[in-house]
Amino acid sequence: MSLQDIAIVAWAEAPREQPEGTTDSALLIPIISEALEAVGLSRRDVGFWCSGSADYLTGAPFAFVGQLEATGAWPPINESHVEMDGAWALYEAWVRLHHGDIDVACVYAAGRPSAAGDMGEVLGVQLDPYYLQPLWPDHIALAALQADAFMRRTNTNERVLAEVVAAARTVASGDANAVVDGSTDVDELLRAPTVAGPLRAHDAPTFTDGAATIVLATADKAAELTDNPVWIRGIDHRIDAHYPTMRDLSRVHSASVAAEAAGVANAPIELAELSAGFSHQVPMLIEALGLDDNCAVNQSGGSIVADPMMVTGLVRIARAAQAITTGAKKRTLAHAASGPALQQNLVCVLEGGQ
Amino acid sequence: MAGNEWTLEFPYRRSVGPIVGEFLTALRKGELKGARTASGRVIVPALEYDPETGEPVEELVAVADHGTVTSFAWIAEPKRHQPLDRPFAFAHIRLEGADTDLFHLVDAGSEEAMSIGMAVEASWRDERDGSITDIAAFVPTGDA
Repeated sequence: MSLQDIAIVAWAEAPREQPEGTTDSALLIPIISEALEAVGLSRRDVGFWCSGSADYLTGAPFAFVGQLEATGAWPPINESHVEMDGAWALYEAWVRLHHGDIDVACVYAAGRPSAAGDMGEVLGVQLDPYYLQPLWPDHIALAALQADAFMRRTNTNERVLAEVVAAARTVASGDANAVVDGSTDVDELLRAPTVAGPLRAHDAPTFTDGAATIVLATADKAAELTDNPVWIRGIDHRIDAHYPTMRDLSRVHSASVAAEAAGVANAPIELAELSAGFSHQVPMLIEALGLDDNCAVNQSGGSIVADPMMVTGLVRIARAAQAITTGAKKRTLAHAASGPALQQNLVCVLEGGQ
Repeated sequence: MAGNEWTLEFPYRRSVGPIVGEFLTALRKGELKGARTASGRVIVPALEYDPETGEPVEELVAVADHGTVTSFAWIAEPKRHQPLDRPFAFAHIRLEGADTDLFHLVDAGSEEAMSIGMAVEASWRDERDGSITDIAAFVPTGDA
């Protein structure tokens, strides 16, 4: 396989505010139309569709099949689905475009935690069924042990975590999809009770409903479609051991490996959009990805203020691409995560230019 | 149908691997075992493969049912399904004879009673069925 250049040419995000009882398809239909029309494409022009979602959120096996209504699946289409964040669907579409027989792929993701009940219980069932799940640790408890390991290794205190939350809420105040309803005062944040280890409720991700789509094209096609292609210069994903003590929980080793494979260190990164749902994961990922002080992080607040489950990573890629098309940045990074305590990590490096 | 109640069933039988199976069988007997890897490390709980190399583990060896807490997260308000309905800690416990930590819970009464390095021992259930919850909790040594 020769690696040809693949570009992001369009994207769209669903507004967080939706009518009660909306469906995944209803979230997706308008944004897929919006993204394709932005570059003069119709659904018939898409050579490959790939989606990311979790049937556990909908609560029905093969729930993702219903989302195909949004693609217009007749005449028959080529499509695939990953039971993962949409960022991994984008990875599959990127691989698929390298086959060389198609020139446009459309990636989408939808998730509605509001329909799923207690997210601690939903996320509990992703754990191994013999050693972890029967003890019912939720995502916050597992992240708390990760935070403890990281904070003790690096002498990080809880004030640093509160500062991450305050900064996220501050930059998110202008973002329509963010949920900012708490204090941005560090001392006030620190007065809240801890809920698990060093973590307070505001250190955890704010789950929201959401949907997003990204359109990819091969180099020649991208040149036809847009004056502003955003090139995927590197993309890689890696996974650590599932059982939390079988890896060094104080580091995000798989993110470091993915960053190296994606070529993060080849040139400075000006903006990183990180799927860090928990406050302590922001400094952990900055360290793991080798980002320096000049790199802006999560310009719209990230997953701490809006975590549309299964969509967050794809949104990070869209936001990192947007920073390039607006001319604000030349080289950006998007990160997606999956599994308990950042078990699996995807890193995508984007650049502007022709 | 007699009524409106019905139960969704997935009537599958799962079989655990030979290593995990032996670990769970040992739990039913009130014993803890670790898997010795090619490099000589003893990993607990036992896994079929060495998480560092991907190689099959070599054999199971007995480890103690007591050890020390290496990390913990105090849970002030336990959630539905969690094993205890009073405050407890999820913790990493380094059992004597093991080279990795077991993830389990510590029932110590209060957060003030918890510390890294504290000695704990397993509190076994009387009725055991070969699951990780055969250990009701770890408790401060001497309290069992």
